[in-house]
Parts: sequence; C-alpha cells; structure tokens
Amino acid sequence: MSTILLIEQLLNGLQFGVMLFLMAAGLTLIFGVMGLINLAHGSLYMVGAFAAAGVAGLTGSFALALIASLAAAAMFGALIELTVIRRLYKRDHLDQVLATFALILVFSEGTRWAFGSFPLFLNIPDMLSGTVMLPGGIEYSLYRLTIIGIGLLVAAGLFLLISKTRVGMRIRAGENDREMISALGVDISVLYTLVFALGAALAGLSGALVGAIQSVEVGMGEPVLILAFVVIVIGGIGSIKGALAGAILVGVTDTMGRTLLPVIFGSFMDPSAATSVGSALASMLIYILMAGVLVFKPTGLFGEA
Amino acid sequence: MLRETHLNGIILLALLIVPLVALALNEPFIITLATKVTILALAGVGLNLALGQGGLISFGHAIFFGLGGYSMGILASHAQSFTPLMEAPFLIEGTNLMPVIWIVAIVVSCLAALLVGLLSLRTSGVYFIMVTLAFGQMFYYFAISWPAYGGEDGLVIFVRNEFPGLNTLVPIQFFGLCFAVLCAVLFFVSKLNKSAFGLALSGAHFNPERAETVGIDITRVRLVAFVISAGITGLAGALFADLNRFVSPTMFSWHTSGQIMIFIILGGVARLYGPIAGAAVYIILEHYLGAFSEYWQIYLGLILLFVVLFAQGGLIGGLSKREAAHD
Amino acid sequence: MNFKRIVKLGCGALGAAAAVMALSTAAISEGHGGDVKIGMITTLTGGGAGLGIDIRDGFMLAVEQSGKDNIEVFVEDDQRKPEIAVQLADKLIQSEQVDIMTGIVWSNLALAVIPSATAQGKFYISPNAGPTQLAGRGCHENYFNVAWQNDNLHEAAGAYTNSAGLSNTFILAPNYPAGQDALTGFKRMYEGELAGEVYTRLGQTDYAAEIAQIRASGADSVFFFLPGGMGISFLKQYADSGIDLPVVGPAFSFDQGILQAVGAAALGVKNTSQWSKDIDNAANAAFVETFEAKYGRLPSLYASQGFDAANLIISAMGKADITDQDAFRAALLEADFDSVRGDFEFGNNQHPIQDIYVREVIQEGDVFTNKIVSTGLTDHQDIYAAECAL
Repeated sequence: MSTILLIEQLLNGLQFGVMLFLMAAGLTLIFGVMGLINLAHGSLYMVGAFAAAGVAGLTGSFALALIASLAAAAMFGALIELTVIRRLYKRDHLDQVLATFALILVFSEGTRWAFGSFPLFLNIPDMLSGTVMLPGGIEYSLYRLTIIGIGLLVAAGLFLLISKTRVGMRIRAGENDREMISALGVDISVLYTLVFALGAALAGLSGALVGAIQSVEVGMGEPVLILAFVVIVIGGIGSIKGALAGAILVGVTDTMGRTLLPVIFGSFMDPSAATSVGSALASMLIYILMAGVLVFKPTGLFGEA
Repeated sequence: MLRETHLNGIILLALLIVPLVALALNEPFIITLATKVTILALAGVGLNLALGQGGLISFGHAIFFGLGGYSMGILASHAQSFTPLMEAPFLIEGTNLMPVIWIVAIVVSCLAALLVGLLSLRTSGVYFIMVTLAFGQMFYYFAISWPAYGGEDGLVIFVRNEFPGLNTLVPIQFFGLCFAVLCAVLFFVSKLNKSAFGLALSGAHFNPERAETVGIDITRVRLVAFVISAGITGLAGALFADLNRFVSPTMFSWHTSGQIMIFIILGGVARLYGPIAGAAVYIILEHYLGAFSEYWQIYLGLILLFVVLFAQGGLIGGLSKREAAHD
Repeated sequence: MNFKRIVKLGCGALGAAAAVMALSTAAISEGHGGDVKIGMITTLTGGGAGLGIDIRDGFMLAVEQSGKDNIEVFVEDDQRKPEIAVQLADKLIQSEQVDIMTGIVWSNLALAVIPSATAQGKFYISPNAGPTQLAGRGCHENYFNVAWQNDNLHEAAGAYTNSAGLSNTFILAPNYPAGQDALTGFKRMYEGELAGEVYTRLGQTDYAAEIAQIRASGADSVFFFLPGGMGISFLKQYADSGIDLPVVGPAFSFDQGILQAVGAAALGVKNTSQWSKDIDNAANAAFVETFEAKYGRLPSLYASQGFDAANLIISAMGKADITDQDAFRAALLEADFDSVRGDFEFGNNQHPIQDIYVREVIQEGDVFTNKIVSTGLTDHQDIYAAECAL
C-alpha cells in the first residue's frame, strides 16, 4: 500500500471521526448536564436529515436545508424534553433507556407515516461538489473537507460556549452541583430545555450534513447512534474534549482497520478468505477498542471517576 | 406482599390455562404464542436477577440469548448432517437431545458471562450499560460474518430436538416442557433471592458501602449473579431456537437486549414474576396491534412510554397496589 | 376479596379472553370450496419497508384485476426479522390454514420459512428471494420462484462487463452470505482480472475508504452489490469522488424506489435486471399504467415480481382446484400467464429461465428511471438447477 493512499485513508478516518463528533457532542453534552442517556438522539439525527431533504426538495437551497435541519431538530428536541424527557432526569438509567427506546419507535414509524417508505433525495450543493488537489497529490472530496471544517468549528464553538459564556458557566455549575445552581436562582428547567434543544440541533445538523452523502431513510439514526455511544464512552461521558478525541480515535481505527486488516490477513491467507476474515474482524474492531479502553480506564479517557 | 404472591399465582395459572383452552378449541397457534411468552419470560427472569436484584443494567444479554440459540443450532445441525463437531484432540459429536443441549447452552453462556463480566464489572453505571452493549455488538458482527454456521442466513433445524418421553413436535407438549422449565427456574431464583447470596446481592445494589463493611466482596457477588443470570438467559435462548427451529444473528442484536429489558420494565423491576406479565403483554400487543395498523410500532412506543413514565413498578406493581387500596 | 375469589375471577376472565380470541380467528378460517387462501409475509415496517410494500401492492393489483372473489390474502409484517417471519408462518399455517405462501423479500428470512412451509404441504411462491440452498439439492416440488435465483443478475453483470470490453474490475459487496454469493456469481461469468475485491460491513454508510482503494487500484471499472441505503450512500459518494470509471451493478441499487434518492449520481450507470418498465409487451404496458394510476408512483422491479407472482397463482387457479395438489402444482409449473417481463418459463428446479437485460439509468423529465440498452443473457438458467432432483 502506497504512502499516499495511507495518508488519504488517515484523512478519511479523520473525516469519519469528525462526522461522529457532531453526533456525539450533543449526546455527551446532554449526559454531562442532565445525567440522561438519550437513545432517541439518533431519531433527532434522522429528523434533521428529513427536514433538510424536504426543504431542499421544495426550495432547492442547501443553506435553507441546513437551517431547517437545525430548527426542526431543535424544535422536536424541545418538544420531547418538555413532554417526556424532563420526567426522566430523576429516574434511574434503566427508565431512561426504556423511555427513549420507546421514542425511537414513535419517531421512526412516525417519520415513515409522514414521508413514506422510500428514501429521500438530498444532494451536495454544486458549490461544494467535486474534488480538490491537496499537497502531495491527494485528490480529495471538497464536501468531505467542508465537513471536517464544520466539525472543527462546532468543536471550537462548544469549547468557547462552555468556558467563556454565562450560559456555559451555568452548564458547568449544573454539571457539578444541580441543587446549588437552582438554589442560586437559575431557572434550571429552562436551562435544561435549552441544552437539550442545543444537543438536538447538533444531531439534526449532522444528520443533514451526512444525509447529503448518504441515504436519507427511516432507521438511518440507529447505526450512528451506537457508534456515537462508543465514542462518548471511550472519551469519557460528559466531556466534549473526550468526545472529540474518542470520535477521531474511532474514526481512524475503523477506517484503518477496514483497509489494513484484509491486507494483513492476505499476507498469509488465500485472498478471498482474507478479505472475508479481515473485514469480519474490522467490523468488531471499534468495540474491541472500547472494551480495551474501559478495562484500563473504566470511566473513559477524559472521564471523571 | 401477600397480595403480590396472589397475583403471581394468577399470572402463572393464566399462562398454564390459556394454552389448555386453546388446545380444547383446536387453536394451535395460541399455544405457540403462549410458548413464546414462556420462553421470553424465562430470558427476562434471567436478566432480572442481574438487573432487578443486582442493579446491573446489562444492555448485552442478547449475547447469552444468542449463545444459547447457537448452542442448539450448532449441535443440532451436526446431528442433522451426521458430521462431528470436532475430531481432534477428541471427538465431539452433534446431538439432538434437549437436556444435553440445555447443559451446553448454560455452560457456554456462563463461560461467556464470566469473561464479559470480569471486564465489564470494572465499570459501573452508564459505562456498564454501554460496555455490555459493545460486547453485544461484537458477538452480533461476528455471527453475521462467520460463514461456517450460516452467517446472516442463520441455521435452519428441520426437526425440533427430542426430549426423552415426550413428542416435542406436538405444540402442547413442547409448551408443557417450557412451562416446567420456567417453574423450576422460578423456584430456584426465589430460593436464591432468599439465601445469604441473594441478600448480599441486594445489599450490594441498595447499600454498597454497608455491604462492604460487613465483609461482602461486592464485585465477586455481582460477577456470580451476572453469570447465573446469563446461564438462565442462555437456556431460554436454546428453547427459543427450538421453538422456531431456527437461529440467526438477530438473536444477538441490541434490539433483542432491549426487548428483554422491556419485559422486565413492563412487568415490574425486581419482581420475580414481572417478566412473565411483561412478556405476555408485549407479545399480545405485538400480535394484535400488528393486525390493527401498519404503523403499529407507534402505538407500541406510546404504550411503553406511558408505562415507564406513569406506571412505576410495572403491571404487577400497579395491580397489586390498587388491590390493596380497595381493601 | 379473598385469594380464592381472585384466582377464580382472574382465571375466568383470562379463559374468556382466550376463548374470544380463539373464536374470532376460527371464524375467519371457515371457508367454502374453490377458495384459495394466500398468506403473505413481507417487510412493511423499518428501513426495508419500501421493497415489501411494492411487492404487496403489485400482488394486490393483480388480484384486484383478476376480478376473482375467491382469493383471500392475509398480509403480515415480518419487520425484517427472521424469528418473526417463522412465527408468522406458523400462524398462517396453523390458524389461517392458508394454501399458498408468498411475499418474503430477504434470503435469510426465506431460508428460515420456506423449507418448513413446503414440508408442511404448503405451496411457496417466491416474489423476490432466490437463495442458492433452495435452488440446487434443496429444491422442493412445492417451491416456485418467480423472480430469479440470487446469482442471476450478478452473472449477467459479469457477462456484460466482458462484452463492454472491460477487463480489470474492482468488486465489492457487504460481508454476509448474499454479498458473498453476489461476488461469486459475478466472477462465474467475468473473464478479466480483478483489480480488487472488498467486503464491506453490512449496513455501512461511509465508503470513503473503499473509494480511495478503488482510485488507487488502477481498475477500469467497478462492480458493486450494495442493496438499499448502502447503495444510495455508495453511489452519492462515488459520484462526488471525481472517479469516472464505469459502474456496473444488479438492479437492486437502481430500482425505481431508490433512484429518486440517488438522483443524478446514478445517471448512465449500467445495471442488470429481468424486468424494466420499457419492456415492450401489452401486459407490461398495462401493468405500468394501472400501477401508476392506482398508487401514484412508477412500479419497481419488486412490484413487477409481486404482480407476476399473483398472476401465476391466478393462472393455476383457472386450471386446477387447490385441493388437488398434484394438479395445481402441474398448473403452476406450466406458468401459463402473461409475464410483464415477456417470455417466462420454469426450469426443472422451478426457478425461472429468462432473459436478463442490461439497463441504463436515464432521466425522463423530473424522474430518474431505466431504459434497456441490451440483453445481457438470453434464456438464462441458474447453474444449481443441475443439482436439483426434480
């Protein structure tokens, strides 16, 4: 395997990691502030993608589609927070898992009821389509570079929001001591709704961005939800920094595993069998990584004990 | 507490009577459904030991359900094709005898649980939920891409395995067998809960500091509970595979883990008979809502949501409390 | 309230409920002579629902057009879960006592249901899946496939690749049995070199790594089998990668339900299919027109297969009574119906012998669809037929 291909694959891993980060950031934020496991996060990702596809279909504008995805996901996020989620903060994780599992059923079939059973169309805008030549002779998709850029911007924005702003201060205070912050007169329930809507909006945005190069269909949120959980568990639940590190680690491990393992097995096996065994192992690799991290650091890389 | 015991009796009796009525009315499919309830309830009873009694929220019990299923599938497929499972270093033959399959399913599940438990129990809380989920995904992807036993296609066993003295192909006889297994496991678990071990386990759940000060090795108690719980779920997996005469990687999927948890929540967490009530309600809903609307899962989701939000203690909790109020 | 009364009441209520349930299903299963009961198990919820819905709609359209009022169809949703499909089959056989079963979309579900259904003396007419195991030594006198054997479309793709003068192709499929069969089928007919062979994860959505490998491999073409959403993702990402090697694939990723979601990324791609909406015969023209009028969308490959499956059954009903299994089987085997794909006959293993076309994705107004450009394989039969003892 040539060096250029190897570098390109590293870039692909980074890009995949950044896509995962967009999804994982909201998940870990919600867990960090409210202590809630939200399985329905994948559904908000789906809502974002469908809203974007719907608006892009009507107006033809990708920018409007992105705004629609943010708005729709934030709106549905606030809606379920007000009706369902806020009753779960004081419950144990088991109730949270079950209630949000039930929400997945409602969202998935509700979306199918509203949009039909066939995948929707959402494409990359003309401005971002095609490839650019990177130094070293790597031809790389402009849209994927844009995703990396947006992901890093979102990461920077979140760090600033949490470390520099008044809302961020409250979020940090809420993470550390929930009773204290409400005693100080901050309306905790409004803060929670806001944080949940923010997390939902991030999921919706990532659904729309990813939807343009993937399939916009019912159930699209579930595989990425599981990956996002792997990411935040590896990074340490509640930590944005951990989510970023975990996402990139998962993205690179998965991509490199997929390309390198069949080659490695091919050096001592028959090629057809090697691709089959290699890709079987590759599909388990990130779960092995996660189990490995937790065995040595039971609260993830950046998690607090 | 007495009231709940009564309710438990009613639940068990109803599970026994419904298939008998169906037999009298010549409705074999109702018997099949009741058998499914019995087996899934058994899986739930297994998980409930870890989850309800021990507070270990395992999102990976599909591992053991699937391993039980594949124990049956692999042994029976070798018996079906008359090929040995392994020749060296010593000969292992397939079998179609249920008792042998059950023992293998339990042993395999317990061994896997020992390994998964040793690693997972280093974590707690939400990390434990997620690491068990990750192990589940590992098994799922392995089963899909491992070609020797069918991969995603799974394994079809043409004839249900045998149990000495019974014709397991007759639905009511197979139901009776599953029902007897369920009763035996319920008896075993109720004894276990009342034993010193059971007390140590709930001590480790509800008051870990105090349990430690009286000299209980919490991790060890939890590990043992996790292993026993996996063994029961594995046994249920073997029976489930025999009910369908079929195994597939779906048994390992995280939806399966979620479903077993749903039975427990529906019925009532840490209530011994909860999974029976939960599985029964779930199967009835799945079966009859499906006929009612193409979008039946919306209604299922709303019902589940209602139970989680407003009916804490599940069906058994709700019913037995209401009764107390009437008196 | 004492314990005995609770037990009595509880049992009474549950017993009564069971009796009502039992009676209500019993009432449906009473029939009269000449009636045919068909049990359809297909995928109506979740990600793969589009395929099942098309099969069902095509099937029901044919039943409706036949004007027969002695056909009763019980439609059940398998949620794409094999365990559920097995239980639904038990239900249809045990409580509805159907004569014929049909509808399953996926091979793994078909393998779980068909052997036991045919062993219980039911007919099974497959409108989609054609797993290898049931075409060769595992063939059965009661199992008929009106779609294709799983390898067929991939074989045609291999043959087309040769005829297009391509000799260094890169092939990829998901790592599961149908994916492995697809690559085997392709390689059976393909004569050139392989630039690479890759198995992806089932359900994978990001193909950047594979596309990079394709770019680096020096291939002159790409063959892929990625059904459903996987294919949509791959095609969109491939189109955006700047690689412009010709792409070949089986019809599954270019079917009418999916094409609108892929959009212009699929334009010009060659794909192999036994059916296309522009096949020129009266039955097909009428089918396309009535399907679109009734459901407001163009029919897909799957809809055409559902439609043919129903017409096969209806044609046999005209010749024999379902109670005479041997006669009915012989009538099915004659395949005396106007297939929308034109010529159609069964081989010895009761799988089709048929032409497989090469189609190209085109745009008609706002709609993306396919047109036939050549015939990939003529009167093609699967190679497993030789192993079938029928």
